[in-house]
Amino acid sequence: MKNAHNPIPKGEGPILKIEGLTVDFLSNDKPVRAVDNVSFHVDRGETLVILGESGSGKSVSTSTVMDLIDCPPGDIVSGSCLLDGTELSRLNQEARRDINGRRIAMIFQDPLAYLNPVYTVGRQIAEVFESHDAARGRQARANTIELLRRVGIPEPESRVDFYPHQFSGGQRQRVMIAMAIALKPDILIADEPTTALDVSVQAQILDLLRDLQRETGMALVMITHDLEVAASMADRIIVMNAGKVVESGLAREVFSNPQHAYTRRMIAALPHGDAAETSHRRSADATGETLLKVEHLTKEYVLASGAFAGKRTFKAVDDVTFEVRKGETLGIVGESGSGKSSIARVLLRLNDPSSGKAIYAGENIFEMSGKGLVAFRRKVQMVFQDPYGSMNPRMNVQAIISEPWAIHRDLLPRSRWRDRVAELLDLVGLKPEHAERYPHQFSGGQRQRIAIARALASEPELIVCDEAVSALDVSIQAQVIDLLADLRTRLGLSYIFITHDLPIVRHFADRILVMKQGQIVEEGPTPTLFGAPQHEYTQSLLKAVPKPKWLMSTEAPSATPGELRARRARNGGMAG
Amino acid sequence: MFSYIGRRASHSIVSVLGLLTLVFFLTRLTGDPSALYLPLDATAEARAAFARLNGLDQPIPWQFIEYLKDLLQLDFGQSLRQNRSAMEVALQAFPETLKLAFVAITLSSALAILVGSLAAARPGSLFDRVASVASLAGASAPDFWVAIVGILVFAVGLELLPTSGTGSWAHWIMPILVLTLRPFGLLVQVVRGAMLSALASPYIKTARAKGVRRTKIIFGHALRNSLLPVVTVAGDLATSLVNGAVVVESIFGWPGIGKLMIDSIIQRDFAVVQSTILVTATAIFILNIAIDLLYAFLDPRIRY
Repeated sequence: MKNAHNPIPKGEGPILKIEGLTVDFLSNDKPVRAVDNVSFHVDRGETLVILGESGSGKSVSTSTVMDLIDCPPGDIVSGSCLLDGTELSRLNQEARRDINGRRIAMIFQDPLAYLNPVYTVGRQIAEVFESHDAARGRQARANTIELLRRVGIPEPESRVDFYPHQFSGGQRQRVMIAMAIALKPDILIADEPTTALDVSVQAQILDLLRDLQRETGMALVMITHDLEVAASMADRIIVMNAGKVVESGLAREVFSNPQHAYTRRMIAALPHGDAAETSHRRSADATGETLLKVEHLTKEYVLASGAFAGKRTFKAVDDVTFEVRKGETLGIVGESGSGKSSIARVLLRLNDPSSGKAIYAGENIFEMSGKGLVAFRRKVQMVFQDPYGSMNPRMNVQAIISEPWAIHRDLLPRSRWRDRVAELLDLVGLKPEHAERYPHQFSGGQRQRIAIARALASEPELIVCDEAVSALDVSIQAQVIDLLADLRTRLGLSYIFITHDLPIVRHFADRILVMKQGQIVEEGPTPTLFGAPQHEYTQSLLKAVPKPKWLMSTEAPSATPGELRARRARNGGMAG
Repeated sequence: MFSYIGRRASHSIVSVLGLLTLVFFLTRLTGDPSALYLPLDATAEARAAFARLNGLDQPIPWQFIEYLKDLLQLDFGQSLRQNRSAMEVALQAFPETLKLAFVAITLSSALAILVGSLAAARPGSLFDRVASVASLAGASAPDFWVAIVGILVFAVGLELLPTSGTGSWAHWIMPILVLTLRPFGLLVQVVRGAMLSALASPYIKTARAKGVRRTKIIFGHALRNSLLPVVTVAGDLATSLVNGAVVVESIFGWPGIGKLMIDSIIQRDFAVVQSTILVTATAIFILNIAIDLLYAFLDPRIRY
C-alpha cells in the first residue's frame, strides 16, 4: 500500500483529460446512453463548469473519473480518463481508491443526505486522513479542527463533536468542503454544491470555494444547471445536452455569444436584465378590486414544553398585513425559515393561525366552517414545489384532475368530466391522451403542468404557488411561468407566488413582499423594489445573486491564471 | 431521559394491572382446582375445606379484591402444587428461560448480521442467493416441527444428543438451535434489506469519494445505519423468547417460564399463573426500555 501513495508522477499538461468517454446504463437490460463520446480537459488551477439540465449526463463523466459508477447497471463502453497523464482504467482498485480523497475530491448537492447521520462530523472528516494513512488519532482530530476553522465553522473545538443534523444547510456544505480539501487534492469536483441552499448562503459557499482555490491552486470542476452560478465561477465552460457536449469555450464567450441552439435557448430563458423594463409576464392592469386582505396575521408554533421549562413558542409569521388584488400576482420572497410557506398553509386553512384576520370576498377565512369553507377551498387552490410528492402515484391523470369535481359535486356533471380533462390538458400544453398515464410517466415540468391543471379544475380565483417552479430546470421554469402568466390573462386569475428565487419573480410578480424571520421587511411594486431596494435585507438578497466572473471588479487581475491558461490552450494546444 | 423512563413506567403499570385483571378472571374460567388436587372420591366437606383454605369459597370479585390487597403487600400467593410462594416458583424458572433466550437471540443476531451484510454487499451473487433461500426456509419452518424432527434424527436416530431435560452442555444444543433458526431467518432478511438501502444511500457515495476502504464502507458506514430496523425486529423476537418459548420448552422439557406457565394453567395453579405473567411483563417492560435507549444510542437524531 505504501507504494500506492503516489503512483502518479506530477507532470505538465492538463491535470485531467477525458477523451471519447461513452457510458451506458442498463435499464430493463436495454442500454440507455448516459454519456456519448464526451471529451474535455481540466487545467491545473482553473475552474471548469459543466453546465446542463437534469438528465443531460453532466455528473456521469466525473463519477466515472471517481470510479463511482456501479457496473452493472453502468457500462463504460469506451473512452479514456487521464489523471496527470496516467490512464485511470489501467490502475487496480486499491490505487483508484487511494486517488479518491487524496488527488480528486468531490462535494455533492445535498450535504444532509451525503453525510453519514450517525457519525460526528469530526469523525467523518478524520476518516479522510485515516483512509489515506495521513494522520490518526489526536493528530487527525487536530487537523480536523483546523479544517473546520478554515471553512468557517464557528467554535470548531466543540462543533467537531456535533452530528450533521445539528448544523444548518450552509454549514453542512462547509463540512463537506472541509472533508474534500483535507488532503489538498489537485481537483475538486463540486456537483451542484449550492442548489439546495438559500441565495445568501450560496454566495458565501461560492466565495469560500474561490478562496480555497486561490490558496491551494486546485482545479475546480463545477457541475451545475444554474446559469448564474456557472457565470460567476467559470473560467471555461462546457455545455451538455442529452449526453453530448454541445458547446465549450471560455465562459465569457459562451455567455455573450452562444453558438449552439441549445445553449442559446438556455441563456434566453435566463430571467436576467433590468426589472424596470416592462415584461410580458407581468399583468398589464393590476389595479382591480381587493380579493384578499390579510390583517395582523400571526402564526406561532409551540416548541418543546417541559415540566419545568415554560412553554416556548416560535413565531413563524409575525403580524403580517397585506392584500392581493384581482388579476394581480403577489410575490412573496424570503429565505428558508422566513415564514413564507407558513402564510400559504394558514391561508388555505391547512394550519390554524394564532391570531389575525384574512378577509376573502368579504368573509374572514379563519371563521369559515362547513359549506362556506368547502366553497372557499374551491376558489383558492395551491400548487406545490414537488408535484410528484403531492400527487397520488396510483391515480392516473384523469383521476387526479377530476378529483375536485368528485368533491365539489355541483361543479360539473360526471358525463362532462372526460371532455373537460382533455380541455384542461390542452390549456396547460399537454395532450388529451396523457389523461390515461400516471404521474411517474411524466417529466418534472410536465408534472407541474398537471398540478396546474388540477388546480384549474375547480375554477379557482386565486392560486397559491409555493416554490412551484423551484425544482425545475431553467428552460422549463420559463415555460411554466409563461403558462401561468397566460392563464392569468385568459382566466382572470390572481396568484400568490412564493419563492426564494429572486430572478424568477422579477418578470412575473406585480408586487413583491420581502420576508425575514416572519415579518415583512419591504413591500413594493416589482420594478421599484428591484431598482431601489430600501431595506438592508432586500439589498443583501439582491447582491447575493451571483454576478458573472468576468464582470467582477473586486479582483484586480481580471483574468485568472486558469483563464489565461485556457486561452493559451484554446489558441494553441487544442489539438490532441 | 429519566423522565422518559418514568413516563414509560407509569404507562406500563396501568397496562400490567389490566393484564393481571384479565388473567385473574380468565384463569378462574378454567374450572375448580379442587377437582384436580383432591382425590376423585373426596367428600363434599373436604372440598369445602380445601376451598376455604385457599380462599376459593368467596365470590370471584371478592377474591380479586383480596388478591389486589395482597399484591400491595408484595404477597403473590401460594402455589397449590408446590406449596410454596408462587413468586418463588416463577423466579426460579425465569433464569432458565433468560439463559436460553439470551444465547438464542445473540447467536441469531450475530450470524444474521454477518450473513445479511455479506449478501447485501454482492447482491445477486451465489452467496446472496443461497443466503436468501436458506433464510427464507429458516424463517418459515415451524419450530415445533423442527424440534420434533431434531429429536427424531439426533436423539432417537443417531443417539448423539439427549431428547430432553437439562444437566450437560449437550442438553443446550437442540433447544438453542431450534430457537435460533427462525430469528436468524427473519433477521437475515431484515439485515439484507436494510443494508441494500443503506449501501444505496448518498453518504456511501461520499465515503467512496473520500477513498474509504470497502470493508469499512460496508461494516462502518452501511451496517451502522442498518442497525435500527434490525434492533426493532430483534427486540420483537427477544420479547417473544423472554415470554417463554412455550412449545420448545415443553418439547425439550426445559424448566423455563414458558413450560411453567403452561403446566400451571393445566393444573389450575392460579397464583403461579399470575406470578409468571407478572414476571414476564416486567421483563418485557425492561427489555422495551432497553431497546428504546439502544435506538437513541445508535441514532444521534433520536432524543427522548
